[in-house]
Amino acid sequence: MKKFGFLIAVCMMLAALCLSAFAADRVINVYNWGEYISDGSEDSLDVNRAFEEYYKETFGETVRVVYTTYASNEDMYAKLKSGATGYDVIIPSDYMIARLIDEDMLEPLNFDNIPNYEYITEDYRGLYYDIENRYSIPYCYGMVGVLYNSTVVAEEDVKDRSWDLMWNAKYAGKILQFNNSRDGFGTALYRAGADVNSTDPAVWEKALADLKAQKPLLQGYVMDEIFNKMESGEAAVSAYYAGDFLTMYDNNEDLGFYYPVNADGQIVTNLFVDAFCIPKGAKNKDLAECYINFMLSEEPAIANAEFVCYACPNALVLESEDYREDMGEYAMEVLYPEDFSFSENYNAMSYHNLNPETLKLVNDLWEDLKISGDESGAGGANYLSTALVAALVIVAALAAWLIISKIQKSKREKMY
Amino acid sequence: MKTKSYMARIMAAPHILWAILFIAAPMLFVLYYSFTDASGAFSTENLRLLLDAKYLTIFLRSMAFALVATVICLLVAYPLAYAISRATPRAQKVYMMLIMLPMWMNFLIRTYSIMAILEDNGFLNTILNSLGIPSVHIINTSAAVIFGMIYNYLPYMVLPIYTVLSRLDVRLLEASADLGCTPAQTFTRVVMPLSRSGVVSGVTMVFVPSVSTFYISQKLGGAKYDLIGDSIERQFQSAYNYNLGAAMSLVLMVIILISMAIMNRYSDGEGGLVA
Amino acid sequence: MRALSKIYTILIYVILYAPIAVMILFSFNSINSTGIFAGFSLHWYQELMKDAATLTALKNTLILAVLSSLISCVIATAAAVGLSKMQNRMLRSAVETLTDIPMMNPDIVTGISMMLLFVFVGMRLGLSSSLSFVTVLIAHITFNLPYVYLSVMPKIRQMDTHLTEAAMDLGCTPFQAFLKVELPAIFPGVLSGLIMAFTLSLDDFVISYFTTGSGFETLPIRIYSMTKKRVTPDMYALSTLIFLAVLILLILSNVAQRDGKKKKK
Repeated sequence: MKKFGFLIAVCMMLAALCLSAFAADRVINVYNWGEYISDGSEDSLDVNRAFEEYYKETFGETVRVVYTTYASNEDMYAKLKSGATGYDVIIPSDYMIARLIDEDMLEPLNFDNIPNYEYITEDYRGLYYDIENRYSIPYCYGMVGVLYNSTVVAEEDVKDRSWDLMWNAKYAGKILQFNNSRDGFGTALYRAGADVNSTDPAVWEKALADLKAQKPLLQGYVMDEIFNKMESGEAAVSAYYAGDFLTMYDNNEDLGFYYPVNADGQIVTNLFVDAFCIPKGAKNKDLAECYINFMLSEEPAIANAEFVCYACPNALVLESEDYREDMGEYAMEVLYPEDFSFSENYNAMSYHNLNPETLKLVNDLWEDLKISGDESGAGGANYLSTALVAALVIVAALAAWLIISKIQKSKREKMY
Repeated sequence: MKTKSYMARIMAAPHILWAILFIAAPMLFVLYYSFTDASGAFSTENLRLLLDAKYLTIFLRSMAFALVATVICLLVAYPLAYAISRATPRAQKVYMMLIMLPMWMNFLIRTYSIMAILEDNGFLNTILNSLGIPSVHIINTSAAVIFGMIYNYLPYMVLPIYTVLSRLDVRLLEASADLGCTPAQTFTRVVMPLSRSGVVSGVTMVFVPSVSTFYISQKLGGAKYDLIGDSIERQFQSAYNYNLGAAMSLVLMVIILISMAIMNRYSDGEGGLVA
Repeated sequence: MRALSKIYTILIYVILYAPIAVMILFSFNSINSTGIFAGFSLHWYQELMKDAATLTALKNTLILAVLSSLISCVIATAAAVGLSKMQNRMLRSAVETLTDIPMMNPDIVTGISMMLLFVFVGMRLGLSSSLSFVTVLIAHITFNLPYVYLSVMPKIRQMDTHLTEAAMDLGCTPFQAFLKVELPAIFPGVLSGLIMAFTLSLDDFVISYFTTGSGFETLPIRIYSMTKKRVTPDMYALSTLIFLAVLILLILSNVAQRDGKKKKK
């Protein structure tokens, strides 16, 4: 019983700790991707603390940034959709913003409170998901590219910078594919030169056939595992976001990267934008706008761009010598490819919000892909069927034992 | 006798109330979504969809994985629980804490670490190669998925079996030996029947979560052969087809309930010596 | 036979702790990777100390796990004892089936169905934000119930009911009989249920994710949300510290017990 007393004491103490978290005049709830803001690690600027200080100095009130994180647009949407959240700032991707606007889940921004919007140049305004610039302000953008390990992949296979590398049977068992339907189908559609936002079922069926043909060559469908598998050389070919390639490259210089091109030498891949938005019903809209404005100012913007390592639409960042120096020449080349105009390509290269029928089709087809087939294609022995037979034998033996012991027992009982 | 049952009711009341409020009531939402379509109209379309070959495959596959994992778990856990229960009381406590301790580490980090061990050029193969043994390919196969399940649910098998075995009366074993049983006979005739309730708890606690698990197959199996849990997760998380997802989990639940009922039939009536 | 069982036990523990060893290794990595080990450094421990958000998440996780496991333990143990005494078998099996549901459902179904319930109730009551710390706590207690119940039940079946009756014959009230006779008899089961509940609650991601409100983030949520980018080695460092702390506590309590025994002698 003493132990219980101790436990209760401990949890009381913890509860007290929890309540004593310092009181602030105002609280702002920010909801962002994980690892997607400069948070003070690795001697970077902790932008949330910086905002708190800035706000206190400027307005004389204390504010507390409550910062929580999510892993995907879909997670965030499910949470917002429940309508019981109370977030003030969110940072979804383009197609999700289109969806949120469609479903009237965003609050129009008051740009009078966000003068720093001027640093977002004309190139990054009026994007397809928010043509009138009412709901969103771009935070960062990037492109998907193909990664390969140059010690494994032959020079001639990467020469033509094509999506075909992901389908190259020479590297069977060493290829990684995206584990989400939109990006996974994207690779097949871009490779075939098809429209990634097509509403024609035949286009998607064809892409599914391509993905099914690719499945036996794959090591697996992955998301963040890609970092470890590419760095350690477990896998040799994959597709991922350019900024993340740079993180992997830091740890393994054998890795190479290119933006896939079509026969005409034009880049064909996904171009995405993540942007600041305020969800409908936010309780601190003015504070949220102040927060967004602060994030657009020079120091926090540079800190975020360096931390996130994706391309940045903010002119203050792009013109900064420090930023270029910190990122290094190679990173600048990868993030901002030469002869590539963002504004000319964005609307064509981005994912749009699909209509419900197409969305359902895409999900159904992806389900087909993930369920179909067995592991014999993956180049391994079929462990499961062997193990299953063994397990069934054991279960049968146990059942037999149970039944026999039951019979024996009833016999014994009869004897008495 | 009257006061006794009055007392029993008071003790059970909070639990029953809680179960109705927070288990039964949310289940109404699952039922509602299972039998409606996206527009909210009554429909049995979701359940009919599950008769498709692809969903039958995935149901059977999940059951097979869970069955194999449960059987291996039982075979591994029983001797372990027995060995622990024979140790000194102080050692027993330490052993049991050590069984649970790995589970206090984050699941994702544990799974990544298992990945680092099982990979083709991971720690396991490095060790094997240095001993002159050829590499084994485990990662991204069903063997890796089953290993992952066993690793994660082993404690839930060991704990209940140990709990029962630790309270086993040593005098019963001595008596059985005195009456001429060999150690093996003592084990099958005394120890095993007496530990049955622990085994049933353990099997339940391993089989049930293994059937509905997701993530393990995605991370250790390369996400190439999804289990039912993965599919349900996708319906809720990315496809927003709550109706189909709810129908799937409803069917899954019914299957599990039936298998539990069959198992309990065998375990309950036999409790003569225990109760 | 003894040696064999010793070898077997050691083998199992080696397998159980191999991933933990890998985790500890990578927590000392000098680079930002959990796939390749470049060299020994304490860098990620320093990073961890600066990371206020992670430490808050850790605190939240512990509060949640302690409270939910204790509460679910009390509720489920009382119920197991109570139900075992009732003659009504139907009621008992109905309650048992109901209790098992959170264990049978995939976490995501439990999480989302509870979220739907909370939001529904919250809207009826006109609350501005129906999800909060309380809702996560309720959800955690709920999914802990079957595990506690299932680990207490075998103990109750093993218990000698005559002892309770004897106690009451000797003048105990039912409550006293419970405290003095039954509880000590089933205590190992209660304890293992408590440990299980604590463990489950500590590591739950999906259910917490959907039932938590803005501002209450647990450690698993924080780690999972890193999976668009990568889980950084400072999370490994944190896990290593937790591991070592528990291990040291375990050793200390063990040593203390041994000393206590020696003194008694």
